Amino acid sequence: MLEVSLLDERQPALSVEFNCASGELLALVGPSGAGKSTVLRCIAGLHKPERGHIRINQSDWFNSDDKINRIPQQRRVGFVFQNYALFPHLTVAENIKLAQSNTQEDKLTASLLSKVRLTGLEKRYPHQLSGGQQQRVAIARALARNPDVLLLDEPFSAVDKVTRRKLYLELNSLRHDLAMPIVLVTHDLDEAAMLADTMVVIYRGKTLQQGTPSQLLHQPDTVSVAKLVDVRNLFKGKVVKEGKELQLHWENKQLTLSDRIDYHQQTVNWTISPSKVILHQRVRPSRGEQENPVSGQIVELMTLRGITTVLLSVNDAKNVIIQMDVSEHVAIRNDLKKGDAITVSLIADSIHLMPS
Amino acid sequence: MDWQALEISLKLALLTCASLLPIGLLLSYILSRTQFIGRGLCEAIITLPLVLPPTVLGFFLLVSLDQDSFIGGAFVSLTGENLAFSFTGLWLASIIYSLPFAVQPMLRSFEQIAPELREMAWCSGLSKWKTFFKIELPLAWPGIITAMVLTFSHTLGEFGVVLMIGGNIAGETRTLSIAIYDSVLAFEHEQAQMMSLTLLAIALVTISIVYTFNRRQRHLMRL
Repeated sequence: MLEVSLLDERQPALSVEFNCASGELLALVGPSGAGKSTVLRCIAGLHKPERGHIRINQSDWFNSDDKINRIPQQRRVGFVFQNYALFPHLTVAENIKLAQSNTQEDKLTASLLSKVRLTGLEKRYPHQLSGGQQQRVAIARALARNPDVLLLDEPFSAVDKVTRRKLYLELNSLRHDLAMPIVLVTHDLDEAAMLADTMVVIYRGKTLQQGTPSQLLHQPDTVSVAKLVDVRNLFKGKVVKEGKELQLHWENKQLTLSDRIDYHQQTVNWTISPSKVILHQRVRPSRGEQENPVSGQIVELMTLRGITTVLLSVNDAKNVIIQMDVSEHVAIRNDLKKGDAITVSLIADSIHLMPS
Repeated sequence: MDWQALEISLKLALLTCASLLPIGLLLSYILSRTQFIGRGLCEAIITLPLVLPPTVLGFFLLVSLDQDSFIGGAFVSLTGENLAFSFTGLWLASIIYSLPFAVQPMLRSFEQIAPELREMAWCSGLSKWKTFFKIELPLAWPGIITAMVLTFSHTLGEFGVVLMIGGNIAGETRTLSIAIYDSVLAFEHEQAQMMSLTLLAIALVTISIVYTFNRRQRHLMRL
């Protein structure tokens, strides 16, 4: 288990707290300059924060109270830098061997190379490799020291999109064989959601929320987190108690809220994930009563990789747009076109409230 | 051909290289890796011999190596010998006037090494010394070779400072460039031509080495 708690009032300011269990992949997400890489540098011992602690498996790497600050050489960190930082004058095998504690261990080098599918390229120099191959060498070198923690600093940013998708799959299959905590820094939310078990949102050096990708993307704690994770349907409303039922008053509409919600604040921000907005079938409309129906007109349709995003201008509301993601075949089957009038349901269980 | 002058020139150039290798490495490494107040002034002082007229530099060096000066006086009291107009004085002067030729290429080489490489080496478990010898030194090597070649050829060809500090004492301070000047004054053009061609050949070979190593460095740093 990696436990991190850092506080620094100097520039770059830090107020960071998170835990990462062994075998878990934690993604630190946030905009550029949020302090993500500084956190990794602190864990590696390349940057010393003012206060706090960095603990790995109960052993202190940094503890300001006890004045413990181990140097990078004593920390057993596997670090993959953004540009990989391969030693340009050394071959692939030499790059890996350099990080091994026992440099004579040729078998380990060979097994690491086969793990990252680079067998046969041992004698190549870094400039003779493609971007994807360079990243694999960097990962093999990071693992060569048998590290207590693996740190990945934007490892996919230096490769093209096609290679990136291949490398996602490779990292995903490789990580299941690794027993140490893995911390991935990225500003790409899709990348983090795809690879991570846990996400931590960091902004201006401060951690705002830690949770599963689903929690963070669909149930952000605050509006700031919602904006940082690019929540697309973000509105303001008022919570009103009608008898035993809680209702959300929004743009002259009353939406029923889930009975699991226990909200005391009146004015709230609320969100619903575009993938959880339900389209009322136009071909075979159901006869029953629909939950929280909202009608409007399609103002835009965009399709990417089988998902059609529909922008719906809500009736009787000024400039209010709801985004809805449906499978491309659903959009085709329902013959959705720009200008069509449709009705959707905002399911009570999918409505997430945040403090105003 | 004044073989004695050639011997003194080569001896002086080699000794200056041997002295400037550790001095240059130390100064360039400190300058490339640390930030301190007065760094600009420090770099300016090191570069000064490059822009000063050799006679001006020679004059200041002569004054400071004279037996009445602090350095010259201390040397006399320690060894009983004069620094001015001696081979040792010439050697000291060579170290100073060739300093920028040694420091600048080494400094540029160290500065070109990405800081991440050093940090990566530390994270790979290499101590600071091992990082220097296994990562930084091999990467800076072409710059170090350039520095040594430039120092060697510049010391070999220096005239003004050598004349001011060393004078023209055969077997002691008379270098090949001084001997060429003497030959021309004595209308011994054949001898002057021979010696000039020797210096030309040495300069050509050394500069070719510099270009070859620089190309190798660019090739390596392509990453």
